[in-house]
Amino acid sequence: MSRASIVVLVLVCVAFAASWVVRAGANEGDAAVRDAFLVTLAAFLTLAIFSFMYRDNPYYKFAEHLFVGVSAAYWMCMGFWSTIVGNLVPRISESLSDFFQVPYSGGGLDFGLFYFSYRYFYLIPIILGILLLMRLVPKAGWISRWPLAFIVGTFAGLNLVRYLQSDFIIQISASFVPLFVDWHGFGHFFSGLSLAANGQFVAMLSNLVVFLGVICGLIYFFFSKEHVGWFGGASRLGIWILMITFGASFGYTVMGRISLLVGRLTFLFGDWLGIIG
Amino acid sequence: MGNIGVILMLVLIGGGLLWLFIRALRGREVDRRVVFAFILVSVALPLLLTITFEMKPTPVVEALYDRIDSLPSGSRILISFDFDPPMAPEVQPMADVITRHVLAKGHKAIFMTLWATGQSQFNVTLQDVIRADFPEKVEGVDWVNLGYKAGNEGVLNVIRTDFKKMFPTDVNTIPWDSIPILRGIRSCSDFELVISVGGGKPGVKEWVLFVGDPTGVPTAGGVAAVVAPMLYPYYPRQMCGILGGIKAAAEYEDHFRKNYPVFSDMKTPALVMMGPQTVAHVVILAFIVIGNVLFFVARRKEVRR
Amino acid sequence: MRREIPLGITIFVGFLAIISFFCPPIEGLGEDFTLFFDIIAVFAFFLGGGNLVRIHASKLIKHKADWAYSIVTLVGFFVMLAVGLFKIGNPGGISASLTAPGSLFSILYMNLHLPLGSTMYALLAFYVASASYRAFRAKNLEATVLLVAAFIILLGSTPFGQMLTFWMPDSLDLLEIPNLAVWIMSSPNLAGQRAIMIGIGLGVVSMSLRLILGIERTYLGEDRG
Repeated sequence: MSRASIVVLVLVCVAFAASWVVRAGANEGDAAVRDAFLVTLAAFLTLAIFSFMYRDNPYYKFAEHLFVGVSAAYWMCMGFWSTIVGNLVPRISESLSDFFQVPYSGGGLDFGLFYFSYRYFYLIPIILGILLLMRLVPKAGWISRWPLAFIVGTFAGLNLVRYLQSDFIIQISASFVPLFVDWHGFGHFFSGLSLAANGQFVAMLSNLVVFLGVICGLIYFFFSKEHVGWFGGASRLGIWILMITFGASFGYTVMGRISLLVGRLTFLFGDWLGIIG
Repeated sequence: MGNIGVILMLVLIGGGLLWLFIRALRGREVDRRVVFAFILVSVALPLLLTITFEMKPTPVVEALYDRIDSLPSGSRILISFDFDPPMAPEVQPMADVITRHVLAKGHKAIFMTLWATGQSQFNVTLQDVIRADFPEKVEGVDWVNLGYKAGNEGVLNVIRTDFKKMFPTDVNTIPWDSIPILRGIRSCSDFELVISVGGGKPGVKEWVLFVGDPTGVPTAGGVAAVVAPMLYPYYPRQMCGILGGIKAAAEYEDHFRKNYPVFSDMKTPALVMMGPQTVAHVVILAFIVIGNVLFFVARRKEVRR
Repeated sequence: MRREIPLGITIFVGFLAIISFFCPPIEGLGEDFTLFFDIIAVFAFFLGGGNLVRIHASKLIKHKADWAYSIVTLVGFFVMLAVGLFKIGNPGGISASLTAPGSLFSILYMNLHLPLGSTMYALLAFYVASASYRAFRAKNLEATVLLVAAFIILLGSTPFGQMLTFWMPDSLDLLEIPNLAVWIMSSPNLAGQRAIMIGIGLGVVSMSLRLILGIERTYLGEDRG
């Protein structure tokens, strides 16, 4: 370690200790010292990540590696207690249910003449799950294709019907909008012509844009026919509609990203430094 | 003092942008760390000065508000906390204000999550809204937390037809049949409204596809801004309201506290965030303009050469 | 047989998932198979954790570059795992919620996972600012249309947009920036997003069909030996 690194490390430790002491003094209650330590730790981890904006450094690497480990364990624990203990154990074993203090449900598949107890039926996901873990063993990794196939098959089956209904059929149906809205004749239309946001013209313009925009956007993505003539013109309109779409997405993306920074600075200024309410 | 601070802030940021603009006219870029420092100052200063604005709700936000408000008291509303810490600054305020509205209206709130982190994020709402503002509400009678289940769309596919099969107990292992608020609920069709707060996958889109459309139950969403534009095709046929980003959260907060004066003193984190958001947006727009000035100056120099 | 059995599983489960939508008598079986999927998903979490330990333990043992940080990862992982799996420090005991307020697991989440995760993504604000300065150029008409739309959306989401155009008469109030932003989202943005959604929907349907019919087999990987 260079001298500069040692100086920085000492300064970080001193700042950490100072923050802890000051926060502990400002807090009230039995857990004042503990809470002061925790908020100081959270603040220093936040600043360690932010330090990457200057350049990559050991503090950022420390925080990044810590995040990876903690995050992986968090999801494992949540998955275990919520789904293994919550859904699997109550179906396969009464004694295990008693141990984990979850109500035993038992049950089974009842097809009238045929009954298959869950106690045996739910051994299938356990076996498939263990086969999935074989992926960690190089020579036995091929057996993990079985549970992977199960996952892929389930996803494919579920998504096929749902995307077909919601993202295809209903979307096409919703695009058939009336191009003449609140129509009482040309006289009424021209006499009330305005760009009022709630007006007739804007309503008709909106529907026209949606109807034509969807068609032209789809035409742009159709590459089996050359984009020339009227087809090319429609494709061109489709590009412009898509550019507006991407511009809107960019605008909202900026809003979203800035919000994340505001959130972190709110924590630093509020919870840590206590300079905003 | 506040006004002096605002003026100083505007002078500092405006002066800095003017300096960048003049450099751009001369064809000179700045190091990216200057840009980083700029955005940090643009966000930090308004936050320190606590600048807030009044917000008028947009139609998609008002639609969700009106839907919750128009349901008869005692309606059962399913609220899913489908987000993690990165999304929390945007959507936690939405989750909080929606929960507050639902409970203030006397509806029954059933909470669940498709994200492991959602269960922890719900604790924030539990402490800041339910326990703080509604101490008289009884768990299991007025609200219940069913917790997290792994499986994404798989969870939705099961609860679409048999809720109890997926959630035999609540998050504290109390059996389904022992929870009064859940009596009579067999599937998602038995809810008057389903609201998903989140922005990733699984999120609002999956709720629409796997629950809203097959069952016909009204579905709404509060989402991170990044995801919001993608949900507009679902409105209003498949979704009854969309809260997109921190601006929508701020609109909802302002609208809610104006209509429910008893909550006029409530914390409004989204409204507070709109101050820095506004300044940062203007700075980003200025960066785009300055960047393009640089581009055209460089192109003109090339043409001359 | 190494590829035929998994193919058979995919075909069987895929068809079952589809048929259970249309055939109420086997809806229960479909739900159970979906529950299987949920349980296997948790084993996938374990697989991820196991892989993490394997990679970082290997780095540590073989003293590869930045091996010291692998200690941080492993310590963080095992501490969180122990606290979570055994509900250490949970005031409600084994039957209480894992994330009960005041539990050690919840404390570690709020003070480690939450600040680290949030800040990782907060860095994007800086990058989006840098991209606005360096990358977003109005090089042609299409790019200009994109930037103008972004301008209106960004301005419309702030009170400045209202301040700039509040003077518009009622007959032209669509041109008020906030109203224009709302119109852009609900009309051209909707149209473009719908076109993309229909295209993606068709893609998902065709890929799902290919998977269920066994035409698409890339998920099975390569056969070695």
